[in-house]
Amino acid sequence: MIERSDIVDTLAGLALFADLTRPQLEAVAHTFEEEWFNEDQRILRQGLAGSAFYVILEGEVAVKIDGERRSTLGRGDFFGEVSVLLGGPPTADVVAARAVRCLVLSGPEVEGLLMTYPRVMFRMLQAQARRLQQANRWRS
Amino acid sequence: MAELNRPFAPGTYPVVIVGSGPGGLQLSYFLRRLGIGHAVISSDEAPGGMFRHFPLFERLITWSKRHTPVPLNSRPYDWYDWNSLLADDPSHRVLVPDFMDGTSIFPSRQEMERGIAAFAERNRLDVRYGCRWVATRRHNDGFTLETTDGEYHCRVVVFAVGVAEPWKPEIPGIEHVPHYVEMRPAREYAGKRVFIIGKRNSAFELADALHPWAKQIIMASPRPVVFSLYNRSPAASVRARYVIPYEDHLFGGGTFALDAAIDRLERHADGWRIFATGTTHPVAFTFEADVLVAATGFTTPLADLRALGLKTFSHDRIPSLTPFWESATVPGVYFGGTASMGAVGLRKYGLGSLSGGVAGFRHNMRILALHLAQTYFGVDVPKRELRPDEVVPFLLAEANGAPELWNQRAYLARVVSVQPDARVFDEGVLPLQYFLDSSGPDAVAITVETDDHGEHRPAAYVRQRGAINEVVLPGDPLLNFDGQDHHARLAEVVRPLLPPASF
Repeated sequence: MIERSDIVDTLAGLALFADLTRPQLEAVAHTFEEEWFNEDQRILRQGLAGSAFYVILEGEVAVKIDGERRSTLGRGDFFGEVSVLLGGPPTADVVAARAVRCLVLSGPEVEGLLMTYPRVMFRMLQAQARRLQQANRWRS
Repeated sequence: MAELNRPFAPGTYPVVIVGSGPGGLQLSYFLRRLGIGHAVISSDEAPGGMFRHFPLFERLITWSKRHTPVPLNSRPYDWYDWNSLLADDPSHRVLVPDFMDGTSIFPSRQEMERGIAAFAERNRLDVRYGCRWVATRRHNDGFTLETTDGEYHCRVVVFAVGVAEPWKPEIPGIEHVPHYVEMRPAREYAGKRVFIIGKRNSAFELADALHPWAKQIIMASPRPVVFSLYNRSPAASVRARYVIPYEDHLFGGGTFALDAAIDRLERHADGWRIFATGTTHPVAFTFEADVLVAATGFTTPLADLRALGLKTFSHDRIPSLTPFWESATVPGVYFGGTASMGAVGLRKYGLGSLSGGVAGFRHNMRILALHLAQTYFGVDVPKRELRPDEVVPFLLAEANGAPELWNQRAYLARVVSVQPDARVFDEGVLPLQYFLDSSGPDAVAITVETDDHGEHRPAAYVRQRGAINEVVLPGDPLLNFDGQDHHARLAEVVRPLLPPASF
């Protein structure tokens, strides 16, 4: 039986992977695992080490610190990268605000992905810079 | 007469299990121990599930060791025997090693099949063979399964149907390509150029088997090979036993392992032409091959369950499950055996569970049986009360030798609760994710984890007034977690939960 897989098409439409060729997108799609989370399911747990990097393909998640909702992320957004890059536990819970389909890359594999695809690293830096800019605006 | 002797005639049962592989048999065994009535139906003609056919060429990749540091038949021994099903009666344990000839720690397919059949026979586990599930209806109070023998009505259904249906990705031309399961004896490929789509275990199994016969072997898939030696995970990586074809690739001996996305496949009178594009290196490839095979994995046979709202993931191959292996979207539908991998768990440091193999899912099935008994049928299993001074030695003994915690690292955990009246109870082995995401009294859960440096260490999760605190204990070069440092550190962790003067 052949099941249709649209992950490569979905990846092609996300800013993070916009610079990759089709074969590179296929390699990325095979590198990540796909997971599906029901509404209210915890995806990332505040304070627990060994977590992963997630890219949202469908749905919406809530970012919560000590139970308080701080922000919402949707299709094309990613999370978990800060704890992976800094080697510490996540500082927030991430909970499915409604059903969510994600791509997941384990923490130890993230460095390899970024070094293999520097354009993905650049896009991630851009996204982080925007988040920092927004946070600074919010404070001022 | 034969029909009269067949068990589990169509009708109404509290639970119906579909499947007679190791998952279905293991669950049936534990449900019976708990006194839960159930029927087991299977489209097969004999027990064994996928091991009646696979692996095609090689031994299994999971060990069963007879000579170990712990006694045969002891609970810690199960860590050294990943293939035998669990049983409370010592004479029904260690069954797979009993059939092994001692030439390898990895059983052959036939040895594994005999071990499973012996488990079914010695435990007198009834199965209605030759009864195929064809459709499913959902009601307010349960389900109706339509089968080739008639209708079964039940409150709870458990599908232990394996993840063994051939699966192929969407590539133009692949519909005519044989799957791994269609391979013939290795000698029939003598002098052939063989192209294998895939670079995971089944692809390497083929490459290893055809190595003495094929004149060229090319394996190709988009992602570079991931060996268990590299990511330290027995799941979702190519095992060290298959390293020889890769060494051949490295030495230039005629076997190739290429990182390439397959663009399209063309069939000709005398073979195949494969068009591909390199992923690690951007090269356009055109390959000629006499034999083309898709070693691209398997999917769960879900029949009409998607129409009931069942959600899946991993290219629509695996059902999405709760920590107790219930469909995340269709309450009352559970999955046993290999499909229990649909409850992913935490995947800490990237290490998945072993639920995709007997080693892991046999423990899941024991927990699932108890969960069903308690949740649906009001079975009350008394919990063992612990003295406060027993807590630390008990938890460390579990970290040292509990097979559940070693087979299912960071997935299953031993839980001890402290009730408001300060009484302490052993809550048994539970899914770690359930413990972390549920509320309850103060408690501590201990599991074994492997960090990103490959070090195995006990990890304690302390729930106090609803908040969870993670404490990773020291490792040990010989994996002895019973030293003074471990006792002192764990005592420090659990002391706030227990009455004063407990230590």
